[in-house]
Amino acid sequence: MQTTPTQSVLRLTVKNHPGVMSHVCGLFTRRSYNLEGIMVRPIRESGGETSRMWLLVNEEDKLEQIISQTQKLVDVIDVEQHAVAGSVFEETDGFFAE
Amino acid sequence: MTDVDSATQAISADYPQAAQRLSGSQLIIRLLERQGITTISGVPGGAALPLYDSLAGSSIKHVLARHEQGAGFICQGMARVTGEAQVCFASSGPGASNLITAVADARLDSVPLIAITGQVPQAMIGTDAFQEIDTFGLMLPITKHNWLVRSAEELLEVIPQAFSIALSGRPGPVSIDVPKDVQNQIIEVTDWPEPGKAIAAPAFEPEEVDAMLAKIREAHRPVLMIGGGIMYSGATEQLREFAEQLAIPAVQTFMGLGLMPHDHPLSLGMLGMHGARFTNYILEECDLLIGLGVRFDDRATGKVEAFCPKAEIIHVDIDRSEMGKIKKPVLGICADVGEVLTLANQKLESVTRPLWQQRVDQLKAAHPLVLDGEDDLFRPYGAIKAVADILDDSANISTDVGQHQMWVAQAYPFNRPRQWVSSGGLGTMGFGMPAAIGMALAQPERKSVCFSGDGSIMMNIQELATAAEENLDVKIIILNNGHLGLVRQQQTLFYEENLNAVKYHQRTDFVLAAQAMGVKGVDLAKSESPLEDLRTALLEHGPCVINLPICETEMVYPMVAPGGANCDMIGGEA
Repeated sequence: MQTTPTQSVLRLTVKNHPGVMSHVCGLFTRRSYNLEGIMVRPIRESGGETSRMWLLVNEEDKLEQIISQTQKLVDVIDVEQHAVAGSVFEETDGFFAE
Repeated sequence: MTDVDSATQAISADYPQAAQRLSGSQLIIRLLERQGITTISGVPGGAALPLYDSLAGSSIKHVLARHEQGAGFICQGMARVTGEAQVCFASSGPGASNLITAVADARLDSVPLIAITGQVPQAMIGTDAFQEIDTFGLMLPITKHNWLVRSAEELLEVIPQAFSIALSGRPGPVSIDVPKDVQNQIIEVTDWPEPGKAIAAPAFEPEEVDAMLAKIREAHRPVLMIGGGIMYSGATEQLREFAEQLAIPAVQTFMGLGLMPHDHPLSLGMLGMHGARFTNYILEECDLLIGLGVRFDDRATGKVEAFCPKAEIIHVDIDRSEMGKIKKPVLGICADVGEVLTLANQKLESVTRPLWQQRVDQLKAAHPLVLDGEDDLFRPYGAIKAVADILDDSANISTDVGQHQMWVAQAYPFNRPRQWVSSGGLGTMGFGMPAAIGMALAQPERKSVCFSGDGSIMMNIQELATAAEENLDVKIIILNNGHLGLVRQQQTLFYEENLNAVKYHQRTDFVLAAQAMGVKGVDLAKSESPLEDLRTALLEHGPCVINLPICETEMVYPMVAPGGANCDMIGGEA
């Protein structure tokens, strides 16, 4: 996978109900943060209660601000920062070729 | 659709433990009553019919606005003077979209507002049904949180949560969109949820307060920057003690006006784009800026890189995402500012700062706020002074947006928190008069005074009829220059006097307009003793529009050019 050093991955744990994707994506649009990838599935063990949302973000300077704004969303339970290496985006890279 | 009438009969037997069969709309009204809501502003419509049907039997008073935006700002007026979450209603489609501006305005000024809208039945969502609009999508970027409610059961959770979110941490608006079938759905209710209230503010370490006090001890030229967060925290007394004990002068943000009495020796007035020269000059020299409940808005800071160039920054705010958003602090405390100040006041040792105080006094004397024409009723500062002289501190003052707003912010002697109600962040023309209606509804014992302009007042003038219907003690003073004055000012200063689209060639007779809607109108231009007529108009009870002509060439000075540094002010020299 071609990565740039400014990219990072955020791992969100969110409440799994309608509208949560809109809230997260809406925040990124509203504050004009670059979102380069998104992967969402319900968390298997949660019985459909929560979802895991992986975000590929290309915003080195604003990253701290992005995390604290994302944490403010009511449906977001937890935000963690991860490396691109070994992430779901690297693993699925093959699906995004011509 | 389920039968509403049978539920209406069931509600009359109101035994606490017995299961009650209620419709979604009855549930909403009951939950709002349990939250202590006594007044709701709104406009009904097709998708809100069940809601209004249930409201009819309630103890809650409904104020029928003439436009949903008016309803939103009436709601804001109530919320801003009380600090309590307030509710407004609208129907689907245009009802909801008309609320948008008032909700966005509440968001930027952190006002706890709860917008409840009707929506087309769920089965029709997505079909482009009559008056269908994506209210959830529209409200999403301008609320703290919002819901599209999918069942009546959900309301038991959503309504208390809405109040809790609106009031917790940094307050703000929420929106609840309720499809008509959910309003009509009958459910059995046995257990009522606790009313939603503010949750505790984020915890902080006492050591953070020690660190703040240590920084202040080391500083030679500290300045406090005090903002709306102190008002929302109810921490005016703690602030005053803190400032006095540590001898730190305070600049007030637009939202913070009234936190320090205007004639307090440590008060430096408002900073920023239309701040006094001395205020902005003092910030040039300060070596430590302590921001308390502020967000470093661009109208306050001017060009950020040039703001307080010699100062380190301490930032206390309840919203963690404000830390470092604009200015990187050397110390940031994410907490309720009142709790921080209470602890700081227990720990601090009082000091005096004769040298810094002397320098501050020197700058004040050399570069005072010049209130040109303050003795002339027909000049902006003179008009504002005359009104302030007639009223006392009990009056609540709202404004619209434009030159008159800045003149009032500069010159009106605000002496208590929540006395000043104005649209700061969004800067919404049309805010002032409906907000004043809300102020009068919430605090009928106080005079409710709105300064407006002939541009702004036209943007929600229909609410005069609402003021008349409720016979509220609302006074609207229109500083009338026949122009969009602040745009005219900027075209004059920054676009080589290329005046375009700022003059009203068709002037409105506001006295006649007021009378047409059942409100008394007084035109001071035609008065033989204008000051006496102003006094009478202000002091008698009831809604009144007061037309006060001023010249269109009047300017708000000083002024920092948008994007400019605060030290580069235009005009306002002594």
